[in-house]
This record gives sequence, structure tokens and C-alpha cells, in this order.
Amino acid sequence: MDLFSNLSIGFATALTLSNILYCFMGVLLGTLIGVLPGLGPVATIAMLLPTTFALSPVSALIMLAGIYYGAQYGGSTTAILINLPGEASSVVTTLDGYQLALKGRAGAALATAAIGSFCAGTIATCVLALFAPPLAELALKFGPAEYASLVILGLIASVVLAHGSLLRATGMIILGLILGLVGTDINTAYLRYTFDFSELADGIGFVVVAMGMFGIGEIMLNLEQSATRTVLVKRISGLMPTREDLKRIIGPILRGSVLGSFLGILPGGGAVLASFAAYSLEKKVSKYASEFGTGVLEGVAAPESANNAGAQTSFIPMLTLGIPSNPVMALMIGAMIIHGIQPGPLVMSKQPALFWGVIVSMWIGNLFLLILNLPIIGLWVRMLRVPYRLLYPTILVFCGIGVYSLNNAQFDIYLMALFGLLGYLFSKLECEPAPLMLGFILGPMLEEYVRRALLLAKGDPLTFVRRPISATLLAVAVLSLFVVMMPALRRKREEAFGDDK
Amino acid sequence: MAVGFRNPKDFGSGLLFFALGGVCVVIARNYPMGSAQSMGPGYFPIMLGSLLALNGVALVIRSFLRSGTGFPKISWRGILLTMAAIVLFGLLLKTAGLPIAVIVLVVIGACASSQFRLWPSLALAVALSVFCVLIFVQALGLPIPLLGSWFPD
Repeated sequence: MDLFSNLSIGFATALTLSNILYCFMGVLLGTLIGVLPGLGPVATIAMLLPTTFALSPVSALIMLAGIYYGAQYGGSTTAILINLPGEASSVVTTLDGYQLALKGRAGAALATAAIGSFCAGTIATCVLALFAPPLAELALKFGPAEYASLVILGLIASVVLAHGSLLRATGMIILGLILGLVGTDINTAYLRYTFDFSELADGIGFVVVAMGMFGIGEIMLNLEQSATRTVLVKRISGLMPTREDLKRIIGPILRGSVLGSFLGILPGGGAVLASFAAYSLEKKVSKYASEFGTGVLEGVAAPESANNAGAQTSFIPMLTLGIPSNPVMALMIGAMIIHGIQPGPLVMSKQPALFWGVIVSMWIGNLFLLILNLPIIGLWVRMLRVPYRLLYPTILVFCGIGVYSLNNAQFDIYLMALFGLLGYLFSKLECEPAPLMLGFILGPMLEEYVRRALLLAKGDPLTFVRRPISATLLAVAVLSLFVVMMPALRRKREEAFGDDK
Repeated sequence: MAVGFRNPKDFGSGLLFFALGGVCVVIARNYPMGSAQSMGPGYFPIMLGSLLALNGVALVIRSFLRSGTGFPKISWRGILLTMAAIVLFGLLLKTAGLPIAVIVLVVIGACASSQFRLWPSLALAVALSVFCVLIFVQALGLPIPLLGSWFPD
């Protein structure tokens, strides 16, 4: 069967000594930074991206992917131990995870998260291997019109699935699209919105935007909260879950993994949505539903496996279509382009070693997380005690040097500061930076595809609805927009994202 | 409220989007527009700018219809000090060199916290500056001067 030969190419790539090492380093760095407060995966990847420039494309992607799910795992550690989600996808984990820690069962909760993540990783790897090839094949039939519609669907889906106000999210997307216009117009070599800065001729760097909005902006937000982090748990014991525990968590892990894998594929989906959905599902079907929120292992197992599965399957649209479904994937696309790989359906056929190597490395990375993080959990707990007032100046230094090293231009440093301010102000107005980032990355693609499609159709805009695949994609986009605007569903959506607070 | 809007965050973001979209359109008016079949560099900017401005208007209108939570408090001290630290870092990087730039960034950046204490911050600044020189310049070989143009050799 094809699947096995593909996976064996993957294993052959991922199991070389250097790639195992990069995978390990990625996972370790990711967990480390995920444990530290105030740095989500986007800022982490943006900050560490320059360190991968010297690597081969495969190793670089393997390391970046490792950083991503390492950060994910680190985020759940803080969620359980100090009731502070390291990042958005572990918000739900705090509900039961922290209660478990208070009951003295932090060890079991951490082990559950690790085992759940590993099982989810295994299932998601299979899903990836099964679904990516047919999707890439379908994508080969896509013309510019289909791609344009797909980008529009991706953008709309990210609005629909984002939390908060729809109108503010669309505003952020359009603003992102506009920011993507800055620089030289590829068709006419005309300079747009460069304000006579030669540094802007190549456009605004995506690392600059990501570091500014997710790194610096986040610091400015954190500085307002003077909450001190108290680590309750001094020593963590009882890491091995009992047989009884295992019996209880196996169901939630499987349900969470499947649900998460599915939600991760959706454009605009990914780890955050997956964890919320899995928790609500488990709350409905579990025998112990009434105990949710008081510290049950199911409440950790379900969202933790779902977010890991979702994180991994969100690679599918990125690797097969070249369309990112969330800001992390947008950064991955940027990284691939820097390494000279044009993301899209051809990656799989032209660079099978890269494609399957990255997929298999995810599974290996999850194995690392399982066998390494449990023994060295003590180290992570000690990391938690680093006070924020010492931590954030360090982040500033790394962001500053990182962003400078991209082009050796001080201009990028100033631009990063500006985007930090923008990110802060928008967060204050409850406008999420994630849709902006997505629009920013997809903007140039959208313009290019629309222009090409209209050129082929002699300027007839109906080409987008006359071609069946394109029409279907647009119909799904419009439909999903209408569906969320219906009042009944809107309430459900707010509930699912916990917006009621 | 006397002004009449009931959702300050909608109102604020609406105005911001309207202004940004407007600026975008005004600048793009000078770009060649082209036609739908062969779009010029101005086509997309004008469309997107108008969309953003419209989106802003919709938000402003909604701010009068649906009420929401009040204007957020903005703590300027933290923002200004963080911004100042980063900008100074940029200015000092080539003129004073990496170690001094890092120390300035860390100390001024640390002032932004309400829990600022001088000596720990200074210690951190010196440690980070040594670390960055060793890792970024010595090990990774980034072309950043250790002593900038202010120090003639």
C-alpha cells in the first residue's frame, strides 16, 4: 500500500541522527518557552525562526514543528500547575487541571496530558498520512479562480471560528490584507505604501508583524497585570496514572483525538477550537459530567488530546494547499518560502522526503514529549518560578536581535515596536491579532489569484461562480457566514468560546 | 453617555478602521487603477481600503445600537517605556555596539514594570549582554558590531 511506502520515506528522513537531534531541540525549546509565561507559539516560532536559517529545509521545518507542539505541551503544564494557560489552546485545561493540582494530583494530570497528547499525535499522524495525498491531488486541479475562492473561504472561516465580535474580526482581516499590499506590486513593479522607505520595497516582513503583535504587544498587555505567579505544588509525585485512571481517560482521549483531528483540518480551525469543542463534548457524554470543573482527569484528557491532534492536522491545508489555517501555519509558510520551497500541492510529489519526513517527525516529537518531559518535570516547575520582571526584558532582547538579524536592518526593529503598539491597542479594543496575521499572509496570494483568474476570464467576475469547485468553496464560505450570524447559533458560539465572562 | 454611543470598543475600533481604510484609499488614488481584466496596482488597495472603511462605519453604527463594556484603561507608562527601550536599542546597535545596546534595552525595558528594582535588572542586563555577545556574535557569527561607530579604533 502507498501509505506504508510513504511513511517509510518519512521514517528514513526523520530518523537520521541530525533530524532526530533537531526534532529533540525543537521540542525542548518549545516546551521551555511554552512553560515561560507570556510567550505563545507564534511569538516563539517567530523568535526562533532566524536560528533555523542555516539548517536544511527539512531540518528547519522539523525543528519548527517541534517548537510548535512543544510549546503546546509546555502551555498545558502551566495550566495545570499554576492555573495560567501558557497559551490559548490550554485555557480549558485550567478548569480541571488546576483543581486536580489542588487535590494533590498534579502528577496524574500532567501524565494524562502527556499520554493524551501522544495518543492524539499518533492518530493525527495517521489522519495526515491518509487525507493529505487525496487533498493534494484535488488541489492540482485548482486554477487561480479556485485558489482565490479557497483563500476567501479560509479568511471567512477564520472569522467564523474566531471568538469575539464578527465585525471586528473582519476589520482585522481586511487590515491584514492591506498590510500585505505594502511593497512592490509583483505584476507591475509599482511601489505601494512604501512612504519612500527603501526598506519597505520588499514588503513588511511577516516575522516583524508576528513578533510585534504577538511578542511585544503581549508584553505590554502583561505589564498591566501585576498578578504574581504562585507555584502551589512543591514536589510532584504519583506521575504514573493508576489502572483505574487509565480506564477512565482512554475514552476521552480517543474522542478528543478524533474530534481534534477533524477540527484541525478546517480552515481557521486548529488547536484552540479543538480543545474547547472536545471539553464541551466530553461534558455532554461523560459518566462523570457533573464532576467536571472539580478536578477530573477526563477534563484534562479530552482537551489536551484534542489540541494536540488539531495542532497536527492543521498542517494538512498548509502542506497540501499552501493555505495556512492559523497564524502558526502562516509562519510555517513564511519559513518554507524563506527556505525556497513554494508551499502547495506540488510539495508532496516534488519533495516527498520533506513532506513525509515532517509528518513522521511529529510522531517522534510526541514520543520525546512523553518520555522526556515527565522525568524532567521538576526542571519545568523551577522555570515557573522565574519572575516576569526578569523574564520580559530577556524576551525584548531576543526579539530585538532576532528581528534585526533578518535583514540586518534597524528599520525592522522600529517597525516591530510599532506593531507591538498596534497589537496592544487592538487587543485593548478586543480585536484579535490572529485574523490580521492570517490576512497579512494570505493577502498577496489573494490578489495574485484574483488578478490571474480575472485575466483568464477576460475580466468577468462570474468566473468565480461558474467553475464548480470555486462556486462550492464560495457557497460554503457564504453559508458559514450566514450560519454564525443567526442569533441562536451566535449564542452557542459565544458559549463554546467561553465569552460570557 | 452624552455622546450617544453605547459600545466604546465598537466605536473606537470602528473609527480606527474607518480612518485606516480612508488613508489607504486616499493614497491609492494616485496608483494606476487598470481594469478588471488587467488590474493595475491601485485596484486591490482601493477595494480593500473601501471595504475597511465600510467595516468601520458598520462598527460605529453598531456602537449606537448595542451596548458594551466601557473604554479600556491604557497604562501609558508601560507602553512608552517598552517602545522607548526598543527604539533606543535600534539606535544604539550600530553606534554604541551590541553590549551597550542590550544593557540599555534591558534596564529601560525593565523600568516598564511596576515591580522594577535597579540592581537585579542591572545584573540581568550585564549577564544578557555577555550571553548575547557569546551566542549571537561569537557562535552564530551575526554581523553586529561589539563596539559601534562611536568608538574609533
